Amino acid sequence: MLWDALTLQLGYNATLVAIGATLLGISAGVTGTFLFLRKRALVSDAISHATLPGVCLGFMVLVALGGDGRNLIGLLAGSAVSAWIGLLCMNWLTRHTRLAEDAAIGAILSVFFGLGIVLLTVIQTMGVGRQAGLEGFLLGSTAGMLWADALVIAIGGAATLLLVMIIRRPMTMVAFDPEYAAARGLPVHRIDLAMMGLVMAVTVVGLKIVGLILIVALLIIPPVTARFWTDRSDRVVLLAGLAGGLAGYLGAAMSASAPNLPTGPIIVLVSFGFFALSLLLAPVRGVLAAVLRHLRFQRRVHIRQGLLALAQGQKIYEPLTLRLLRRAGLARADGVATETGKARAAKALRDERRWEIVRADQMHEATAALYDGLRDIETVLTQDQIAEIDRQIGGPQEVPA
Amino acid sequence: MLSLAAHQGASVAEKITKDCPLAIRGLTVSYGQKPAVFSVDMTVQPGAMTAIIGPNGAGKSTLLKAALGIVSPLSGQVSVFGEPLEKQRARIAYVPQRASVDWDFPTRVIDVVLMGLSRELGLLGRVRARHMSRAMDCLNRVGMRDFADRQIGQLSGGQQQRVFLARALAQDADLYLLDEPFAGVDAATEKAIIAVLKSLKEAGKTVVVVHHDLATVTDYFDHVFLINTRKVAEGTVAEAFIAETLQSAYGGRLATAQIDQISRALG
Repeated sequence: MLWDALTLQLGYNATLVAIGATLLGISAGVTGTFLFLRKRALVSDAISHATLPGVCLGFMVLVALGGDGRNLIGLLAGSAVSAWIGLLCMNWLTRHTRLAEDAAIGAILSVFFGLGIVLLTVIQTMGVGRQAGLEGFLLGSTAGMLWADALVIAIGGAATLLLVMIIRRPMTMVAFDPEYAAARGLPVHRIDLAMMGLVMAVTVVGLKIVGLILIVALLIIPPVTARFWTDRSDRVVLLAGLAGGLAGYLGAAMSASAPNLPTGPIIVLVSFGFFALSLLLAPVRGVLAAVLRHLRFQRRVHIRQGLLALAQGQKIYEPLTLRLLRRAGLARADGVATETGKARAAKALRDERRWEIVRADQMHEATAALYDGLRDIETVLTQDQIAEIDRQIGGPQEVPA
Repeated sequence: MLSLAAHQGASVAEKITKDCPLAIRGLTVSYGQKPAVFSVDMTVQPGAMTAIIGPNGAGKSTLLKAALGIVSPLSGQVSVFGEPLEKQRARIAYVPQRASVDWDFPTRVIDVVLMGLSRELGLLGRVRARHMSRAMDCLNRVGMRDFADRQIGQLSGGQQQRVFLARALAQDADLYLLDEPFAGVDAATEKAIIAVLKSLKEAGKTVVVVHHDLATVTDYFDHVFLINTRKVAEGTVAEAFIAETLQSAYGGRLATAQIDQISRALG
């Protein structure tokens, strides 16, 4: 069943939904990346909640004009208008009052959403048109998606993607260093507004599939996922598009493979799955990599401390140190150094003396900054420099360098 | 040149020629109700290295940001090479304070330097070999060539500062404005930066630096601009960097001993 869904053999509606969700996932991931880089991810939550009054007013207007209120373009146009008003209000609040952005987001989000719910209730008591479908915009509803709906989503998503690609450079510059961007003559506020306008476009396009409450997940989770894998913003954009598109496709296919599985929430859960895997497994920024790095570092510290203790004939009390030394063949179970252990210990002690000289000498300022108590001195100084330092230390020179 | 009294009120009607890299007249910038910079006139000498100095909160950075149009002034005019800022923007390079950006941003050293070429690259232009080699040259000038592919978060403070300078160099501008480039950097970086700035001066460029270390003013700069919300003094180091003006700019904040020391150093 799932295989049929993945290969788009589950019928017309499922195929439309899968294609629409994939395109939506790509454009949401790519657009959301710039919001994430600008550290304004939550703005998308305010924008998406501000669409609801527009959907309701759009429905009312459509009914008043004599339709049944199901025209998707009409409803999306309404949602875009109210989202844009919400966006401008939020922008005004942050720029011209003392309200911080988080407070402005909270205010806009709740007021617009509240207004939307009131309008939704009013529509239900009106008893006209086919109002039953409107709640679908809260969490998305893909049952009965039409070819025309899919086309709107595809065109909207592709247009957004194109615009993002055109202004990606200024958006990146503003996200990294807004003051420098302003000094170069870039219209920072207008670029920010354009970025949020694009986010709004994605939100509006995504209302049908994932709904206004969950669209924020498609905007934020893919870039955060992508950030685990790369340190380059252009690649974050690409990977976020990939993660978003894949989540859209897999999520839509999975929800089609069994009856009564909601599409939007499943897409979000698949997206979260990618995030969780990245969080754990990413090579540098992942949790597992960080734990391994920490353990390796701890091991180096213990072995170093153990060697210094051996060199000075001190007893080692720390069981972990003893275990590590034994496993490395540097000490016996009773804490006595092996031959290799003795040599390594003597070297460690001598390195410690050499470092002392280096750190006391102004001439070696840059090298001294590298001191961490662990580094072998030959990794930072030449043999000649080490020989010079050894001359200053004096004493027997037979210690292997 | 030396003007101890602060200019009050209207701007000075004085011919500003094309040679003058930066002229500011009657500039007032305010955050809320408290002016950070009040009615300041400044005339930057072409081909000179000028230090903007003054105590903490004296409006040094604000003056620079207003000159670049990053903050909008309450009143006053800024002209760059005799014309309004917008017309001559391409000729100004700005080096912001290092702390003003998030260094965990996903970008490499070379990408930051390429931002200096954003005008040439335009919206969709591809980064070509000549852009790359120009960016690498700029990194080379600040001694950071080997770091081109590093993620910026891996750099030390001094290295970050040098990358910012390389980005400004890539613009190939005529007027360089730097905000505290020596703050919290290592000695090697300070040396590298000052060498680059002196080479810019030798190439006939104009350099203006917000500076906090009074001890190095005479070594590094030939002009100074003293500010404490109002302009305190402006002129060559010999004219304007003297005990009297320093006392006036810093008030009690500068120990008398320090002023004596500087005066002695100046002979």
